[in-house]
Amino acid sequence: MTLVGWLQISLTLLAVLLAIKPLGLYMSRVFAGERTPLSPVFVPVERAFYAVAGIDKNREQNWIAYAFGVLLFSMAGFLVLYGILRLQAVLPFNPQGFAGVAPDLAFNTAVSFITNTNWQSYGGETTMSNFSQMAGLTVQNFLSAATGMAIAVALSKAFVRSNMTTLGNFWVDMTRATLYVLLPLAVIVALLFVALGMPQTLDGSFTATTLEGAKQIISTGPVASQEAIKQLGTNGGGFFNVNAAHPFENPNAFSNYLGVFSMLVVSSAMVYTFGQITGNRRQAWALLSAMAILLVIGIGAVYWAETSGNPILTQLGLDPLQGNMEGKEIRFGQAGTALYAAVTTGLSNGGVNAMHASLTPLGGLVPMFLIQLGEVLPGGVGSGLYGMVIFAILAVFVAGLMVGRTPEFLGKKIESREMKFAMLAVLVLPLAILGFTAISAILPAGLAGLLNKGPHGLSEILYAYSSAAGNNGSAFAGLTANSIWYNTTLGIAMLLGRFAYIVPVLAIAGSLVGKQKVPASAGTFPTDGPLFVGLLVGIIIILGGLQYFPALALGPIVEHFLMLSGQTF
Amino acid sequence: MLNQLRPAIVLTLILTVITGLLYPLAVTGLGQTLFAAQANSSQIKRGDVVIGSSLIGQNFTSDIYFWPRLSATSPDPYNAGASSGSNLGPTSAVLVERVKGSVEALKASGATAAIPADAVTSSGSGLDPDISVDYAMLQVARVARARGLSPEQVSQQVKANTRQAVLGIFGEVGVNVLALNMALDDLKK
Repeated sequence: MTLVGWLQISLTLLAVLLAIKPLGLYMSRVFAGERTPLSPVFVPVERAFYAVAGIDKNREQNWIAYAFGVLLFSMAGFLVLYGILRLQAVLPFNPQGFAGVAPDLAFNTAVSFITNTNWQSYGGETTMSNFSQMAGLTVQNFLSAATGMAIAVALSKAFVRSNMTTLGNFWVDMTRATLYVLLPLAVIVALLFVALGMPQTLDGSFTATTLEGAKQIISTGPVASQEAIKQLGTNGGGFFNVNAAHPFENPNAFSNYLGVFSMLVVSSAMVYTFGQITGNRRQAWALLSAMAILLVIGIGAVYWAETSGNPILTQLGLDPLQGNMEGKEIRFGQAGTALYAAVTTGLSNGGVNAMHASLTPLGGLVPMFLIQLGEVLPGGVGSGLYGMVIFAILAVFVAGLMVGRTPEFLGKKIESREMKFAMLAVLVLPLAILGFTAISAILPAGLAGLLNKGPHGLSEILYAYSSAAGNNGSAFAGLTANSIWYNTTLGIAMLLGRFAYIVPVLAIAGSLVGKQKVPASAGTFPTDGPLFVGLLVGIIIILGGLQYFPALALGPIVEHFLMLSGQTF
Repeated sequence: MLNQLRPAIVLTLILTVITGLLYPLAVTGLGQTLFAAQANSSQIKRGDVVIGSSLIGQNFTSDIYFWPRLSATSPDPYNAGASSGSNLGPTSAVLVERVKGSVEALKASGATAAIPADAVTSSGSGLDPDISVDYAMLQVARVARARGLSPEQVSQQVKANTRQAVLGIFGEVGVNVLALNMALDDLKK
């Protein structure tokens, strides 16, 4: 670790910190339907949309109707995307003449993108036409993110309203998130990315004659437009097989900083928006502090582990100065790589700028663990916020148990109905992750995909289901996941992780919105101070740690000690 | 509930057109106008012949050229049509054997100093355009001998083609192998 490395990390995070308030304020105005600088452009567009789609923007929905809207919209997105992938051979913008995508791979990819996971069983440049990349994948990068933001807004409203049944209108919230927030930001970030060297062309590839006279076919395409929304929407699905390790998808250190900034900025600002909607900005900063503490520890842990290097290779005569370089690119350095690896998994982004499979055992444990914590640091756009609110509810419940009082959060009593739904949401992840991992570890179809032997093989499987159920999308890519077994079961894990989480969250919102807001009294546990932040951090770690520690012990932890003793597989 | 079918279908279609066609095509138009070189993949041309992209690494095996990092793409290294890392874990016997072989090969080519890690590890993309300064310096003697130049002349070129960090903070120090090898070729003329 170097001082300069830490400076790069700190300054990138500082830029995010500075953007939180202005963007958070802007988004709260957008979701409240107030006037913004972009209103002259988008108000008429919005009105036209609602007229064609038959939406009355003043007609609010209760939680069931809201959830039904989310499910229907996701289903429609799935069908369109699946259709595009299957039919890509006859659709336009296919300069490389790719055939239609196979049914199991198209299912996996379509599920992956509507759930904001963006798991890559496919290799972008060898499978997807430019039309599929643009009208298929890019679209869901916008819409799955906007859906998450809408749900977070609905949950936020439940804390300010008393004795009501409605949470807003899903179609309006989702449309506004797309038009006013994601689209303008994506245009700006995409153009910056092009300026920094990212291709943006409708060509598919070109042929170069190398200095040594060989032919090199170089794949390219509309990379920047997809990369921008991939980061802003915390999607993570790459244009290329190796994602943001590819020089066209991340040309230099500056595109790396901008990539990290843009994947963090919307999620973080959503927390501020939550504070603004609920009228409690101190609460927003308390949640952001808990997120920041864990995220910075995660970044530091990866940075430390990777610069410590691999002692087995040092023994072969390698200079340990550079640390572990397998699977990494020179231009990002260890600091830029550690920053990306921790942020992409603390978020639910899942893009990678280095091969996570080749990280050191502890360096690879961190991203896996951050996913298993539920991706709330600060998590996916919207999904991170509602995940964090669930943890906050659990934390006040635990605090309430300790002192024997009915827990409250932001003036709403947390009672058995909310707790049941919160537990339902929280238990979906371990069930999908550990359940599928256990089955895959004994089935021939599960073991067939492994590249690495020994504990690293188990880590490949565990990482895959963590990533799918957590809607992350990164991988220990030694696992060949493009098989019927993995495409199907990972698809199911993604659906569970997304929708079996969203529905309980909206049910909690529906329950809270019907309650009377109680004023704070002397007996109220303050949820915006350091004591609560500490408790929240503890709950997140204990919940994650207790559930996954045995599995992690058999994978990365044992591998770490075997590496120190020089054991190979 | 079924009254939500119409917004689901209509909004999916409208937003597909806006975010899936208008947005990427508008960015393509603007990008091609404002930043044409970058938007067209940072191609390097000599006359009419495209010899590569300044962002994408090429394979070099001849002694007169600086060698790049290892590439795990298949079927050949530096296949820029199918990027790939090795995905080998830190305790993989395959990885250890491969590194051992590379270390021996480097020593056989005349390397005497400690081996920098990037010289014997494969990059994440398999297309890394850069190597570290240490790895470049390790190759200076070999390249100089093969070209009949003095080591000073060659290391001068390495220095001239080293990318420094901006303000000493932002970005990593590295050497673009293709740019360095082109500079060496130009030297002869």
